[in-house]
Amino acid sequence: MSAQPIDLTTPAVVVHQAAPATAQTVSVASEPLVRATDLAKTFDVSAPWLNRVLERQPRQLLRAVDGVSFDIPRGETLALVGESGCGKSTVARLLVGLYEPTRGGFEFDGQDAHAAFKTPAGRQLRRRIQMIFQDPYASLNPRWVVEDIIAEPLREHGIETEPVALRARVDALLHSVGLSPHDRVKYPHQFSGGQRQRISIARALATQPEFLVCDEPTSALDVSVQAQVLNIMKDLQRERGLTYLFISHNLAVVRHVSDRVGVMYLGRLVELAPKHTLFDTPRHPYTRMLLDAIPKMHDTGKARTPVSGEVPNPLNPPTGCAFNPRCPHVNERCRNERPELQTIGGVRVACHAVEEGRI
Amino acid sequence: MARRSRFLAGSGWASFPLSRLVGSHPSKAPHLIAFVRRWLDSDVGHSFRTSPTAIVAAAIALVCLFCALFAPWVAPHNPFDLATLELSNARLPPAWSEGGVSQFLLGTDDQGRDILSALMYGARISLAVGLASVVLSVVIGVAFGLLAGFLGGWVDAFLMRLCDVMLSFPAILVALLIAGVGRALFPDAHDSLAFGVLILSITLTGWVQYARTVRGSTMVERNKEYVQAARVTGVAPLRIMRRHVLPNVMGPVMVLATIQVATAIITEATLSFLGVGAPPTSPSLGTLIRVGNDYLFSGEWWITIFPGAMLVLIALSVNLLGDWLRDALNPRLR
Amino acid sequence: MSLLQVKNLVVEFRHRRGTLRALDDISFDIAPGEILGVVGESGAGKSLTGASIIGLLEPPGRVASGEILLEGRRIDNLPFDEMRKVRGRQIGAIFQDPLTSLNPLYSVGRQLIETITTHLPVNQAEARQRAIQLLRDTGIPAAEQRIDHFSHQFSGGMRQRVVIALALAAEPQLIVADEPTTALDVSIQAQIITLLKNICKERGAAVMLITHDMGVIAETCDRVAVMYAGRIAEIGPVHEVINHPAHPYTAGLMACIPDMSVDRERLHQIDGAMPRLNAIPAGCAYNPRCDRVLDRCHDERPDLMPAGVTRAACWLHAPAVARGEEVSQ
Repeated sequence: MSAQPIDLTTPAVVVHQAAPATAQTVSVASEPLVRATDLAKTFDVSAPWLNRVLERQPRQLLRAVDGVSFDIPRGETLALVGESGCGKSTVARLLVGLYEPTRGGFEFDGQDAHAAFKTPAGRQLRRRIQMIFQDPYASLNPRWVVEDIIAEPLREHGIETEPVALRARVDALLHSVGLSPHDRVKYPHQFSGGQRQRISIARALATQPEFLVCDEPTSALDVSVQAQVLNIMKDLQRERGLTYLFISHNLAVVRHVSDRVGVMYLGRLVELAPKHTLFDTPRHPYTRMLLDAIPKMHDTGKARTPVSGEVPNPLNPPTGCAFNPRCPHVNERCRNERPELQTIGGVRVACHAVEEGRI
Repeated sequence: MARRSRFLAGSGWASFPLSRLVGSHPSKAPHLIAFVRRWLDSDVGHSFRTSPTAIVAAAIALVCLFCALFAPWVAPHNPFDLATLELSNARLPPAWSEGGVSQFLLGTDDQGRDILSALMYGARISLAVGLASVVLSVVIGVAFGLLAGFLGGWVDAFLMRLCDVMLSFPAILVALLIAGVGRALFPDAHDSLAFGVLILSITLTGWVQYARTVRGSTMVERNKEYVQAARVTGVAPLRIMRRHVLPNVMGPVMVLATIQVATAIITEATLSFLGVGAPPTSPSLGTLIRVGNDYLFSGEWWITIFPGAMLVLIALSVNLLGDWLRDALNPRLR
Repeated sequence: MSLLQVKNLVVEFRHRRGTLRALDDISFDIAPGEILGVVGESGAGKSLTGASIIGLLEPPGRVASGEILLEGRRIDNLPFDEMRKVRGRQIGAIFQDPLTSLNPLYSVGRQLIETITTHLPVNQAEARQRAIQLLRDTGIPAAEQRIDHFSHQFSGGMRQRVVIALALAAEPQLIVADEPTTALDVSIQAQIITLLKNICKERGAAVMLITHDMGVIAETCDRVAVMYAGRIAEIGPVHEVINHPAHPYTAGLMACIPDMSVDRERLHQIDGAMPRLNAIPAGCAYNPRCDRVLDRCHDERPDLMPAGVTRAACWLHAPAVARGEEVSQ
């Protein structure tokens, strides 16, 4: 018979606001590295022309992103959270040049990025902005060995042409993500999900970028593997002074990695605040609902607001404030007038009720 | 050599869910024997070793290929060397029948040509035409399919309509059309052009299915994140198509091509039978069947039956190989 | 008496390179009306456990040894037709993807009515009434109209509610839910797990909830089993396991999960990865990664032994160690 149960819980080390210690962030950055202004992207998802004519269907436009503006100072991590259909993945792809914006744009280090992407000089920009994807199984070409996968950006931009130097570079990158040079000759299917994600990170770092867009990088990974990958990402950020845009639907992960958090709903930013402010005192009703809905491992004893309704069809968003059908504080103005993102009490919120002081 | 072997080594032969479960060894230096050994040990190789049908079909196909390739050295006679023909040898039955001689194992035709040798030379023509037309079809079809799938928009719409149009013509009709046009344009150069016309007509109707298959696969691969990663890095679209997407869409194409060889050979035989295929000076199996057809009912069955049987054998073995390949490459069917 | 008893279940996959043991001697019980959570990372074998119980193990996987008993009666060796009767009537199933769980060609009502009439002795009209009531109970508004709608006319969360209704249609005693909320948004997930918990408690149905999300387990389950490399590492009341884990793997797992209430500079991480099925270490499967490993752990595989309120498969809780007699490494 066992006597006392053995306590195996790991004591949590509580650290507030660990600042990345790089020269770049210490100097006052007057210009944020990334400034998005009224970014919008509309997709035409109408049926083919013939069908539309014969069946008399109207054109269908999907406003995936509908006027999003934010800044990301150098060395910081901005997280974008939201549920499906909120447009966060589209924002990610707009910021790396995979999509052209329908309206608005973003500036990178002071220059108009989308204009630059179109010019030959835009290749320089592509070295400085890179992306990490969600699916570790689809983000590596299954027919290429790891060496070729990581070396591709180096070859493409002519960073290293001499084979020996190239190989040394690849080895260094593998080492920086915790893999061994022996892994160079293997194929992606010989690795686990977490290891593949590390290979993706190594590939993204090949051109020594300044800005990394991470689209749900750990959502497809197990919890213990997620911890490893997030730690690597944080270490790399500290070592290299990287700036991250971190997309996720997992608020606990976001709380761990981000400095500031933006909450998106149906293509719009509803709240943008520093991490602690957002999690301790959420303003927007949707943010509150989201925080309440997270299943809690340890009961905190807080009263829960009942959750109602579902995300509406993005093809047919509600008029006025997109959240009004589900909002417990809705009034007439909410149904007719779309709220703008305003700075209220140090945070940016798009809510009439907050503006009017009702909540 | 290194790059090509790596392409072959990684082209799907060694990557399947169960093999992931048990792990696999990284490829060593690209050496042909090492490659073959590794292939035999892989899942596809094992599937081959344990499938009697596949082994028999491969053996038969290899024998036919060997005979066809080395016909001038392997065949007992040269049936097309007019100097060696003697009309006294005409219409001799096969060696085991009454009246046959061992010199002409399968008998002779109306001009004294040895059927066995004619079979080998004929198989040579048939296989050459079949393989050439399939290779051309693959090149054209895959190129069009990649472009349609990757570029989308009006390029895709145009190419797909082209496919629809091509599909509505039966291969025979296209061949007759082109043959007729060829004959009208170049009345004197008929013989040398005949093969060109033949291969062209089979190619023109054969490329469509590759284009369709590759287009579908390309559209799937295009949305995958490794392609997006290449775009983010700034790789040009043509390069992405060639280096990223192409290796991943070739799997189904291999299966189709294998089965298509059989179809191409049969189509060629049909065209030759109709008289618009291979010229009589270098007859293919189809021509031999036609020539022998006239003698079928006068009792000299061997002149048409043996070429027919050879045709069936080649087509069947290639078809069976293609079937096995499709099942072996499909991880779900294990 | 337990509703479901799994005794020494072993599931193997025969592959040409050898036989892989995906589930290695699993034993647990589910009491009537209880919600048991089965949690683990990918490759731990939790979905396979669910599949074995429902009888939907895909070949080449097969039950190599052990028993599964439902209300005292063996169900792992039943012929196909018998198992089919059990599957709808006594065991209901909810899978991860609501889109593929429903037949897109038939209306929702038709599928519900079909299930009800197959397993229960009621006529069509009565079945329809029951189906409408089921839809109402699962929170679908305007059930009388929506019963004739097709699956594509429902949103993701609504579809999962229909799937829950379908699972409960024949009034089963046990529901096996395999990752029922993983494909849903956070806000919908909260609604669905509340629904599942309440409706099963109301109807007295036991639930085996398979998931990788500890938060969902914490909110829904009475007991939880933590799986690792095809074995059960720890099993016990849910709050005990979460707050006072007895197995080092469970402790590591809890520490890895980013917590909303605490700020950490670095997340605790367990080095290494779960072993592949063909490379499971001798002795305790977790011993290469364990920070409290003993000599014994490399050679002898521990069975589930009492560790306070829970049971853990760990030599740390062997009586000698607990009494402080054995020296740890």
